[in-house]
This record gives sequence, structure tokens and C-alpha cells, in this order.
Amino acid sequence: MELLLEGFQSALTPTNLLFAVIGVLLGTSVGVLPGIGPAMTVAMLLPVTYSVGVDSAIIMFAGIYYGGMYGGSTTSILLNTPGESSSVVTAIEGNKMAKRGRAAQALATAAIGSFVAGTIGTALLALLAPTVADVVVKLGAPSYFAIMLLALFMVTAVLGASKLRGFISLFLGLTIAIVGTATGQARLTFGQPLLADGIDVVVVAVAIFAIGEALWVAAHLRRKPLEVIPVGRPWMSKADWGRSWKPWLRGTALGYPLGAVPAGGAETPTFLSYITERKLSKHPEEFGKGAIEGVAGPEAANNASAAGTLTALLAIGLPTTATAAVMLLALRGYGLQPGPQLFDAEPELVWTLIASLFVANALLLVINLPMAPIWAKLLQIPRPYLYAGILFFASLGAYSVNFEAFDLGLLLAFGLLGLTMRRFALPVLPLIIGVILGPELEEQVTTALTISQGDVSTLWSEPVAIVVYALMVVLLLLMVLTGLRKPPATAAPTGSEPSDPSEPSDIEKQEVPR
Amino acid sequence: MTVVVGYSADQFGHAAVEHGAREALARGERLVVVNASTGQKLVDSRFAPDEEIRTLTAGLEAQGLEVEIRHDVVADVADAVLDAARETGARLIVVGIRKRTPVGKLIMGSVAQRVILDADCPVLAVKP
Repeated sequence: MELLLEGFQSALTPTNLLFAVIGVLLGTSVGVLPGIGPAMTVAMLLPVTYSVGVDSAIIMFAGIYYGGMYGGSTTSILLNTPGESSSVVTAIEGNKMAKRGRAAQALATAAIGSFVAGTIGTALLALLAPTVADVVVKLGAPSYFAIMLLALFMVTAVLGASKLRGFISLFLGLTIAIVGTATGQARLTFGQPLLADGIDVVVVAVAIFAIGEALWVAAHLRRKPLEVIPVGRPWMSKADWGRSWKPWLRGTALGYPLGAVPAGGAETPTFLSYITERKLSKHPEEFGKGAIEGVAGPEAANNASAAGTLTALLAIGLPTTATAAVMLLALRGYGLQPGPQLFDAEPELVWTLIASLFVANALLLVINLPMAPIWAKLLQIPRPYLYAGILFFASLGAYSVNFEAFDLGLLLAFGLLGLTMRRFALPVLPLIIGVILGPELEEQVTTALTISQGDVSTLWSEPVAIVVYALMVVLLLLMVLTGLRKPPATAAPTGSEPSDPSEPSDIEKQEVPR
Repeated sequence: MTVVVGYSADQFGHAAVEHGAREALARGERLVVVNASTGQKLVDSRFAPDEEIRTLTAGLEAQGLEVEIRHDVVADVADAVLDAARETGARLIVVGIRKRTPVGKLIMGSVAQRVILDADCPVLAVKP
């Protein structure tokens, strides 16, 4: 508690407050704009970390992460196009509400729900993260190795509709991670001395998120403009409050734990929350026509999941979403290793970050509630200007990593890879997690084998490792079983059932409908 | 022979349509309304929703006019107006013009200006 108060003290210094404001403004903007997300923004801002203090940078990134969750709902509700993948579900009921003239109430329940869930989630983070860290710090290399393997497996196999595409993406990522001479021998360097140090993860992240996305949009630039529903200042009646508060809490309960689990992300909990609300609603007839519960629940779930994701990132060092993965990169850029040791090594930093999350959440409520109509104006920016700017800053960012022109070539190559992946609907997350966790995986297994002097059985010598492997086997069996049972069902032309929780991530890939 | 109107879904467009309709009625000619967007913005407030186009058409037809609507996503809005004028043999093009600051002129192109400069027929520039 004392540590948290100290955290508030440093989070509320003018400099850090300024970075928090910049972060939430940027975050909301990228949240509102479809196709641009917090992961891309944080990736492009990574070079900022060279000139800004670690606390300021992390505060800004956290603001962007939370802000993206707020902003996405505005676009979902007013435009029927999700601004973020986490707001896909919000569009289902939110846009229907807006069409019935209840846009103000939809925006209000989304913003207030996000605030409630974000605050509860951050409180849970403050309570649980140190405890989790204490447990995790005692684990040995074999357990670590097993946990990371599980994370990679879950991110790849559980998320997304196609397991094959997930694994293709994962192995692309692991292959990129191998490049270099970290182990003594040159691997995949093609005799190119510039590749000897390996490929900088920042370059890969910027290329996949920013260049790939910009090229994709450039290929689909001309579209019939969408109609935005005009709206005044968001507000809610007493009846709306009465119908909203339970979904907010249920959304939080779903979002926080699922955010902390690899493969949870924001898509799964928002979708589960939507289904739950539809089942529990006292007004089931309104679902499909604009039920406020269908906005309140998922919007709370996505913000709570952001807090859950940060718990996993800070306490275990495990990134479970793309944004968390890029934030992990930022921390590494400062020579910090997120994970259990961080709480002991850098308590001030961690608690400043947690305090700043509370601050960012409050700021977001203030700037989002009265200003939603203004944010919607961002959608009128001509996209060629927007994406030219993104390409410029992405190139600048990639170049400033090593001041090496070769990196720009790499940037373009991986940008084209990103474009190809989007074209063939390969998920990006397994690749980026593979690039980041790949070297770590290797290090843990080397450490474990060095200690055991080459005895492979050490990998399953710890109880945690055995449990994790057992879990993986169970998951694998479940997948095989559902796979065996599915074929007659998949013969249907649509392929996936409507209740498939992985479906929202598919909608995301289509970007703008029509 | 036609009168072509460059229409945008705002007061300037309304002024242009109003004058265009009057001219077309007086001359007994067909009215061609062009409402286009480059589709570069996700939301283009000057691009009329289908609903608005329907009411507009109904209103004009009620005045006894023969109306043709070109409501499309095009490469260039000024070219769309000019092409419509050339294809239909327009006697007159009507555009709405707005007050612009020097900086605004520097940064943003003007559809009305290009139409006025490149048209083969007289152009009537109106203000709301």
C-alpha cells in the first residue's frame, strides 16, 4: 500500500502526468481509427525510449494501451466498424443502439463501464501481481521453459480460427528469432555480417504492425465512405445505469483472468461476455436490436483484460497480447527484464506504472465521456495522409534503432511479409510472440541442460513443469477430439459455428466491411 | 442538353442544387446531379447517404424535372463533375463555393476552382 502511494507520488509529477496525457490522447486516437491499434503505435514509438526516462515511456505506453480500449468502442458504436479488434463485439449491439437514437447512452455505458472495469482490474493487478511474482520467482529454468512453451502453444492453437495458419505464423517468428550468432555458430546469417547480431525485434515489430498494415490499407484505399451516426454528449438515464452495472462487473470478472492467460487477449472475453449477457438479460428480445447490456459487458471485459494482460507481463514476463509484447520490448530496451525479479529490482518503477494506470483510467473517462463526438471527427482524416505519416515514422523508428540503412531493407522485407500474412489471414500475434520468446526459450532450455549437465529428463523434473505439460496434453487431446467430432459439421459452407469464440478475430482481419 | 450540379451534402450543395433546378426548369433541360467521393476518408461528410439522395431526387422530380443522379466513388471529384458535363453535353455547370482562408487554399485543393477553370461551358458559382 505504501509502495502504491509512493507510486502515485511519482506518477503525478508534472512530467509523468504530461506523458500520461499524451499517452491517453494518442491511445484514444488510434483506438478510434480502424486499422491502427495500440500495438502499432507503441511499436512506432519505441525509439522514444532512447531519449525519455523509463518511467515516462512506460506510463505513456500504458496510457496508449488503455486508451485504445476506450477509443475502439466509439467507432464500433457510431460507424458499425470496430476501431479495434477488442471492440468487434461492441459493434453488434452498440451500432443498433445508435441507429435507434441511443448512441449517447451506448457511448456512456461503454466509457463508464471501461472506467469501472479498468479501475477494478488495475486494483486486482496491484493486489495479485506481487503475490504471483513471489511464486514465479521460485521456479527453475525447466518450469519457465514449460510455461513459455505453453504460452506459445496457446497463443498459436487456441486463438484464431485456423491452427495451421497459427503454427505457420509461429514458426516464421521462431525462424526470425534464430537469425544471428548468439549461440556461437552463425545461424541463417547467409554470410551477411550485418545479420550476425541478429535481427532487431523492434524492426520486425514496426514492419509487421506498421508497414504491413499501411501497405494493406494502401491496397484497399478506395472505399465507399461510411455513414457516421451524429451524436451529442453521452449520458445515461437511471434505467440505463440499472441495466449496466451488473454487466460491467460480470465483464470485469471475465476479462481480467482471461487477459492474464495467454490466448485470452481481449477478443475471447468480450465475446464470452456478450454471450453471457444475452443469456442472463431480462430483456432478451432487445438483443439484436440494441441492448445496452451487450455494450456494457464487452466494453468492461476488454478493459479488464488489459489489466490482466499487464499482470501477466509484469509478474511472469509473459506477453499475452501484441501490445504487451511490444511493451516488453520497450522494457528490454532499458535493460529491464519484466518478470518476477522486476518487483524486487525496480519496485519504484513497477508501482509508478500501476499508479499511473489508475491515473490514465481517470483521464480517459474525463476525455472520452464529454468528447466522444470530437473523437469521431478523426475519421474524416484522408487516409493517404494518415498512412504516409505512419510509413514515415515507421521508417524513422526502424532506422534509429542502429542507424543502419540495412535495417530499412529488412523493414521493407518484413513489411511485405506482414502484407502477405494479412492477405492470407495469418495471425500476427504468434509471429511476434515467437520472435520475442524464441531466444528466451532457448536460453531457459540451455540453462536447464547446463545445470543438469546434458540430462534431458531435467525438463520434467519440477512439479510445475509436469503440470504445465499435462495441461498441454489435455488441450491437445481436446483439440484433436473436437477436430474429430467436427468434420460433419464443417461440411457446412460457413465452416465455423456462430458461437465460435475465435470468430471476432476473423472479423478483425476483414478490416472495414463493404 | 443538361444542367450539371456538383452536389455536396451540406449547405453549399443545397444552394447549388436549388439554383441548378431553377436554371434547368427555366431552360427546360435535364438536371444531372453529381455527388462523388474519392473514398479516401473513412467518413466523408460531403458524400450524401443513399437516403438523402432518394429524398433529393423525389423533391426534384416533384418539381417536374427530369433528373439523373451520379452517386459514386471516383478517383477525382472535379473530374467526375467535368466528365458528367462533357458526356451529357451540359450547357451550364452549377457549383457551390465556400469562404476559404489563404492557408486552407494552400493545403487543400478546391473542387469548385478546378471545375471553374477546366469546364468547357459556363459555370455558375453560387453561395448559400
